[in-house]
Amino acid sequence: MRYTFLLYSNPADIADMTPEMWVEMKAVYGQYIGALQEAGVFVDTDWLHPVDTATTLSLKGGTEVVQDGPFAETVETLGGYFVIDVPDLDAAMDWARKCPAAHGGKVEIRASAMDSV
Amino acid sequence: MTDASVRAAEIARTSYGRLLALLAARTRDIAGAEDALAEAFASALVTWPERGVPDAPEAWLLTTARNKLTDHMRRAARMDVTDTPPEKATEMYSDPASEFPDERLRLMLVCAHPAIDPSLHAPLMMQTVLGVEAADIARVFSVSPGALAQRLVRAKRKIKDAGIPFMLPDAGVLPKRLTPVLGAIYAAYTVDWMDGPAGDEALREEALYLADLLARLAPQSAEALGLAALLTYSLAREPARIVDGAFVALPDQDVRLWDDALRERAEVLLNRASGLQQIGRFQIEAAIQAVHMARGATGDTDWRAIRQLLTGLMRIAPSLGAAVALAGAALEDVGPEVALRQLDQIGIQAEQFQPYWATRAACLHRLGRIDDALAANAMAIRLSNAVMLKAWLEARAENWRCV
Repeated sequence: MRYTFLLYSNPADIADMTPEMWVEMKAVYGQYIGALQEAGVFVDTDWLHPVDTATTLSLKGGTEVVQDGPFAETVETLGGYFVIDVPDLDAAMDWARKCPAAHGGKVEIRASAMDSV
Repeated sequence: MTDASVRAAEIARTSYGRLLALLAARTRDIAGAEDALAEAFASALVTWPERGVPDAPEAWLLTTARNKLTDHMRRAARMDVTDTPPEKATEMYSDPASEFPDERLRLMLVCAHPAIDPSLHAPLMMQTVLGVEAADIARVFSVSPGALAQRLVRAKRKIKDAGIPFMLPDAGVLPKRLTPVLGAIYAAYTVDWMDGPAGDEALREEALYLADLLARLAPQSAEALGLAALLTYSLAREPARIVDGAFVALPDQDVRLWDDALRERAEVLLNRASGLQQIGRFQIEAAIQAVHMARGATGDTDWRAIRQLLTGLMRIAPSLGAAVALAGAALEDVGPEVALRQLDQIGIQAEQFQPYWATRAACLHRLGRIDDALAANAMAIRLSNAVMLKAWLEARAENWRCV
């Protein structure tokens, strides 16, 4: 069976990290990814830019609503995810508009931070 | 100030947005580009007085800022930082600044991107394209400087991290993407102008500068031309709007104080917009201004034409303001009965809307219902934040009481 781990952390903890702590954290995650790969259970992972860089898009009711910021907690809860590789946010928003979830609920778009460190 | 520092200040005023747009377009990093440009201006203030102002000072600043950006990136990547300019530097120095591509439209589209909070569109554009200080922007929008500065920093980080592209959208999408840009410029223009200190005239001129710029960068957009026309008409009436520190309503303005050169410029812009045959709200609003300003030549206001234009405006861009203005035009065109009926139809949604009560008061006064008129006028006064408008409404009430 495939399982998804959703990783939660306090952005304030990350904001206070020194360059040395970053190096250590990358090593720790590197070891964990290595262990998963060795066991043959690794599928994919990503690390995301902070939640305040999120864009939330919805077409529920037929009108497009774009919100600068993360998904605001309402009756909807996380039910799945897609990872896509496109040049920029405009292209990502185009695909989000086509996503069935946007028509029945909301899609929160977050960029990968993998390349930024 | 030395000649060199005068020249640097001049370039900061005229070329800041162009240089920043060029620097940021490549990296999407507006904050980084701002820092690099600030450092380039600082070096100019040291270097130019010693060695003279370069032949192409903008190119000099651009190259220096690009070097700083490269240094920052190297430092971030823990690479050695060299002080030698890039190889292309000499070639760049000889480039006349006029040959730089103008990337300001891209920068404006980024600032007014749908994924950026709409309330930040105008402040971001003013800071990046015009180089206005965050503290000054906070003052004109009546928000806390600290909070605004923080939100601008966050927005710039989002632009970079979320990957908002510095791209010109296809011609098919451009008009839709220009809508928030135009809206932000309009917002910058209309910020509480009646309450603002004298400095806000500068803000209006900057908004007009942005509108003019947009009309030049997107000449195929009728609404960009329409907005430039609207703001130019409005600026043309500026000298008549406040006389001896008191607000003067449009129909009472002394037409001799209107600026003819600006009115003519607005007319040219509006004609070009109509030539494109794409109707829009800013063109209609500009056309309404044109009808008002025709009083300068004819001595009369064609309220029938204004009603027709407002009816058209309500069809394509309905708003409370337009609905109330339509009733106001009806009052002048056909009288208070029809106007009052129109106001009644707007109903409850206008209860907290100052112009609704001000117009209602005028209708009631015209019907001779002085007490009702004064009550409505009092509501308008209560709902008005602008000191000068309040004074105007109070003076009107005083008049009504005396007669």
